[in-house]
Amino acid sequence: MVDLLEYAVRGIPTGCVFALLAVGLVLTYKTSGVFNLAFAAQAYTSAAVFYVLRKEQEWPLFWSAFIAIVIVGPALGLLLERVLFRHLRGAGSLAKMVTSLGLLIAIPEVVKLFFGSDAKSNPPPLWYVRRTDEWLWPQGSKFVLDAGQVTTIVSTLVVVVGLTVLFRYTNLGLRMRAVVESPRLAELNGVNAERVSMASWMLSSMMAGLAGVLVAPLFASLNPIDLFTLLVAALAATVVGGLSSIPLTFFGAIGLGMLQAVLAGSLPTNSVLATGLRPGLPFLVLFALLIFRPGLRSNSETADPLATVDPPLPVPVAVSRPRWMSISSRTVGVVATIFGLLVSWFLLDGFWLAIVISGVVLAVIMLSLTVVTGIGGMLSLAQAALAAIGAFTTAQVVTATGLPVLVAMLIGAAVAAACGALLAIPVVRLDGVYLALATLAFALMFESILVPLSWVSGGSVPLAVPRPVIGPWDLADDRYFLLFAALCLTVIALAVIRVRQGTTGRFLQAIQSSPTAANSIGISGGRSRIIAFTLAAGIAGFGGGLLASFAGRANYQASFPYVVGLVWVALVISAGARSIQAAVFSGIMFFLLPATLNRVFSWPENYLEAHQQAPEWMQNLLGLVQPNWALPVSFILFGIGAFTYAKHPEGIIEARTNSSVTALLRWTERRKAKVDASSSVDAPQVSA
Amino acid sequence: MTPTTDSTEHPNEQPAPLLQASGISKRFAGLMALADVSIQVGAGETVAVIGPNGAGKSTLFNCLSGVLRADRGTVTFDGQRLESLGPTQRSRLGIARTFQRIELFGGMTVRDHLMVAERARSGRGGLWSDLFRSSKPTEEEYARCQAVLDLLGLDDVEDRSADSLSLGKGRLVELGRALMCEPRLLFLDEPSSGLDRNETEEMSLALETVQREHGTAVVLIEHDVPMVQRLATRIYVLDYGSLIASGNTMDVLEDEVVRAAYLGVAT
Repeated sequence: MVDLLEYAVRGIPTGCVFALLAVGLVLTYKTSGVFNLAFAAQAYTSAAVFYVLRKEQEWPLFWSAFIAIVIVGPALGLLLERVLFRHLRGAGSLAKMVTSLGLLIAIPEVVKLFFGSDAKSNPPPLWYVRRTDEWLWPQGSKFVLDAGQVTTIVSTLVVVVGLTVLFRYTNLGLRMRAVVESPRLAELNGVNAERVSMASWMLSSMMAGLAGVLVAPLFASLNPIDLFTLLVAALAATVVGGLSSIPLTFFGAIGLGMLQAVLAGSLPTNSVLATGLRPGLPFLVLFALLIFRPGLRSNSETADPLATVDPPLPVPVAVSRPRWMSISSRTVGVVATIFGLLVSWFLLDGFWLAIVISGVVLAVIMLSLTVVTGIGGMLSLAQAALAAIGAFTTAQVVTATGLPVLVAMLIGAAVAAACGALLAIPVVRLDGVYLALATLAFALMFESILVPLSWVSGGSVPLAVPRPVIGPWDLADDRYFLLFAALCLTVIALAVIRVRQGTTGRFLQAIQSSPTAANSIGISGGRSRIIAFTLAAGIAGFGGGLLASFAGRANYQASFPYVVGLVWVALVISAGARSIQAAVFSGIMFFLLPATLNRVFSWPENYLEAHQQAPEWMQNLLGLVQPNWALPVSFILFGIGAFTYAKHPEGIIEARTNSSVTALLRWTERRKAKVDASSSVDAPQVSA
Repeated sequence: MTPTTDSTEHPNEQPAPLLQASGISKRFAGLMALADVSIQVGAGETVAVIGPNGAGKSTLFNCLSGVLRADRGTVTFDGQRLESLGPTQRSRLGIARTFQRIELFGGMTVRDHLMVAERARSGRGGLWSDLFRSSKPTEEEYARCQAVLDLLGLDDVEDRSADSLSLGKGRLVELGRALMCEPRLLFLDEPSSGLDRNETEEMSLALETVQREHGTAVVLIEHDVPMVQRLATRIYVLDYGSLIASGNTMDVLEDEVVRAAYLGVAT
């Protein structure tokens, strides 16, 4: 008992770390209505600035901290507000979340371009010592705190008290909340929404900066993914506070820290429970809280009373365009696909062929996002985990039973679908943002608890998955594999189209556009959404098995980490969640863009090598370009793509198609009018 | 009047009402939205619920159709207790409704609205038939859709997206969607609000036809007194969440208390 109490007290510093992140996130949500996943990226930015100034440039503590937290933090917030979130105020909370997902992906890569992508090890604490353990207090006591813990605890208390006062007693706090509820109503009541919103973003961004600098020393090196994982761990606390109460969030975070410490201390050290559960615990708690906390199920999004001022969503092109255009565009699609396959077959070398195949296989997984997000209206961040389940099952079945790979892949798809159904049953009752968070929690539970187990992943060495052999065709030849993958993609794409146009798709569309009306005619939201989720999980699982078979191994770290899954989501949503072309496009782009950019960015180096006597200015200029820019730049582009979601929720590809269809129709009409005018004298004049 | 009630009806006995709600109470935080309200609706009957804005009429509808759960009270429909059932299950029993603030499915055509409701009622179609059979409407479904389109005069806009229609047409689409569920009881929440005189006339005509042909019972929230007089045989009057009067239409409309509360005539 005494031991437990001791462990609990030891958990307080960790709890304060959770509290700092959770409170910052709640602050952003309260003041901007954005569930800001990019909070971790903002924290990373300030932490990186602090690292460079304090450790590399050896600036004094005060000025490093001042620049990183008070200047860079708010400046970044201001920038994001001015160029991005200001235009998103009327958008739904999911649109804002997707945008922040894009930022989460893009910002750290920009930072890395600035400060170099080499490892930043041993981040310094926000204290006058260089390492957290150089300063301990109280010396010799049972509960010793290091510099990092003391600064975190003090800052957390100051922040929690300060923000509580701000929201409870000040005019600014009230205005911030009013602007989130309805910016237009707030403006009609004489609140300058723009200024309030700017202030909100600067404040919350400063919080992110503070959190980033304080939390960074917890890790051996500074890394945006670690910060984000920690942020997700802290999310459980935000759910305790219902995304609005700062004191409740604080206590939730402290409780979480204590629970983790107690479990760490009391579980046997070498059991599966200890190694798996301890890192996975916050995600487990998050998931459980989302499922069981009352009040999250009902409609959480407060509707802006003036929302009807906004124009309605455009009608899908597939519905609005005339029949002849649908037929011709389909023909063009088929011809382009065949052409692409012929080019890949005859012209591409091994490297580029592998890129194309990976893209086609990934497109299958992207189609699972089309089903769950585009048709089902649920933002699932767990598709990478479900794909991994398919891959692992395929590998285990092949290894254990020696069944043909194709059969194993189908078993993998079935197992993934079953897992998807199990996940869907509790999750589909949740609304928008909460559903996304629950799937994210699932992905992280899977990654931290299940993936290390050998009966899941096969242990530290990834399991081998052979290529299928179908009759006379051995798919070990990449070209045959390409044809096979393209065939799978086509079949699944056709199935997805049938679902979208069929009764299931219509029911889901009805539920998304008016849940009350859909219920009133007897459509059960839960049932249709579970079906969509399960189908999507099955598709993801099949895609995962296919990817493993192509790569030769079911390698989690290389193909399926949850962060990679987030990039997939950002990509496919910005391209168009409902459209098949968008899924194929984003699948191929995910591999093709980095590879292409790598070639582009390698060109200066190769050029200089070939032309040793190039003028010096040219050598200096071209020497700046690094081939390893390829990945950061592609991720930045993928991230920026997600920003368009709020403006074009139907996706870039759909929006472009729509505008070109409109232009084409106008052109044909004008031509027709001209012909009519010239053929008959008394035809009415058509104004342009 | 309807085949369902004919079998149970005895000539000299009051038939059991189709819907019997007693003692319905609903509280929103500090506000008593409904206090001990009881109403009953016979099969094939048209009943109006009137009262000033904020009297709790829509809340009553929401409690009866299952969108909200009443704090207290019992609801019996055709001999079956409804309190524990959600809106979906109540709809399958034969209760349909329209909404005060119009609720259409964005991006769907008028015909799609009806077809979705038809499929939801019949339970035809599902993932399996989407994937491996045709999800196209059968001839029978098509004919049923067409009948409702004709009845409501919507056949000239059947391929238009429902968002693009006027409010009046939109209300007719909502009514059509509800009718596709073959309801035995229909809740209409202010069907004439936002409609001009012609459209109101069209709506009344359609409702009369529906009642004549299908014997559907209708409960109507309505401010338009001529429409109420024309359609409803009985009226319930709500004010501040309580039932202040009920009875035959003409009697209630001439009642002093009602005129004071609702029609604003000084007593």
